[in-house]
Amino acid sequence: MAERMTIHLSVWRQAGPDAPGRLVDYTVEDASEHMSFLELLDVLNEQLVGRNEEPVAFDSDCREGICGSCGVMVGGIAHGPQRRTAVCQLHVRTFSDGDRIVVEPFRARAFPLVKDLVVDRSAFDRIIAAGGYVSATTGGAPDANALPISKRAADEAMDYAACIGCGACVAACPNASASLFTAAKVVHLSLLPQGHVEADRRVMAMVDQMRQEGFGDCSNHAECEAVCPKGISIAGIARMRRAYVRAALR
Amino acid sequence: MPPSAKSVLQAVASPVGRKVLTGLTGLGLVLFVIVHMLGNLTYLQGEDAYNLYAHKLAGYGVVLYALEVGLAAFFVLHAYIGISIWLRKRRARGGRYAKYRSARAPSRQTFASRTMIVSGLVLLVFLVLHLLHFKFGPGIGEGYVATVDGEQVRDLRRLMTEQFQSPLYAFGYPLVIILMGFHLRHGFWSALQSLSLTSPRLSRVLYPMGAVLGLIVGAGFILVPLWIYFSQFI
Repeated sequence: MAERMTIHLSVWRQAGPDAPGRLVDYTVEDASEHMSFLELLDVLNEQLVGRNEEPVAFDSDCREGICGSCGVMVGGIAHGPQRRTAVCQLHVRTFSDGDRIVVEPFRARAFPLVKDLVVDRSAFDRIIAAGGYVSATTGGAPDANALPISKRAADEAMDYAACIGCGACVAACPNASASLFTAAKVVHLSLLPQGHVEADRRVMAMVDQMRQEGFGDCSNHAECEAVCPKGISIAGIARMRRAYVRAALR
Repeated sequence: MPPSAKSVLQAVASPVGRKVLTGLTGLGLVLFVIVHMLGNLTYLQGEDAYNLYAHKLAGYGVVLYALEVGLAAFFVLHAYIGISIWLRKRRARGGRYAKYRSARAPSRQTFASRTMIVSGLVLLVFLVLHLLHFKFGPGIGEGYVATVDGEQVRDLRRLMTEQFQSPLYAFGYPLVIILMGFHLRHGFWSALQSLSLTSPRLSRVLYPMGAVLGLIVGAGFILVPLWIYFSQFI
């Protein structure tokens, strides 16, 4: 039998980008401990609609931790207190019966608020558009083992490719820096042969776009790694810096 | 094709270039404070040791002058970029969080890392006062003369003794040094990470080394003023 819990929420409500925002207190009674945090918000919204109130706007899509659509600050931590977990996979049982949880949007000037908990993360799309792709014609899938890629490079590339672009790194960074996101994309591509060709141009262009979007500088707090639902390491940021310096000197 | 001057400048001003410069100048300054701390400890080696050390240092002439100019440039650059990183970070956040806390390990967000701007600014103000008191303070002309190896030299030992006999200096100085210890606590490892000289495995050793360095350098600096202050009552 699932245990039922009462959860008090303080949710950031803001009607639009320029409207004033504030925290509003709600209580969800009889919440199942097996619900995800987003399902808890769903239940809250059903209650709000039932009372003829405006439901809380928040982003979500796959709800299985791989699309990167969801992301809110839960209790002061991006995606909540459980490590390597997107908020869609954070369960209510992580909390205690009667807890009060503050729910806020990811805050960064480069992520303008749209409504309530929804922010516009298209700055990330523009960083990708600046160079986070491979334009070399690679043909069809090569024969197995025709293109040697070491196990280590393949594993590392996969670790960085795991970035779902949710923006938690920016939200948690005291400086609102996008270094971890940009580094994940830069390093993932540069580790593979198809990505080598444009490696120099890519790192220069993506770092420049990151600056233009108004993200802050990295101060090596490593808070990004701690909140990343995919556990991407700040070693990637060091790699990106090395690649950038090498590219700048060439 | 070698990079053009414009592209080099762009790279230096980029988010990566700024971090690399902060790290590079930071490590240079770490080296300087270690040497400075060791130099100060010669005070405890007897009557002439400190003045002899200072005199020998001054004997390097042009080399010392060049080092001092380089050091000043490191300080200015480090402080300038540090302040601009803080200013940019304030702009980048936008609205404030009603509730914010660290997710803890592997986060390295600490009291030290969050107060780099405070410890840095205090050190900057201190540096100016410190230079005025010692480097550009009273010298031979003002009667601070000692004889070392038959030569008349500036009596820095007397100047130092007089300064630290005052409780304001004897206890104010250690407070600043404690802040420097915190600055080193985050700064040492952070500089290595900025220069890509570390890895997750190396960091397990290098990150705690920042704390060890802060403690050792801090203790070394604090020892002499407290020694001077309390010796006057013995």
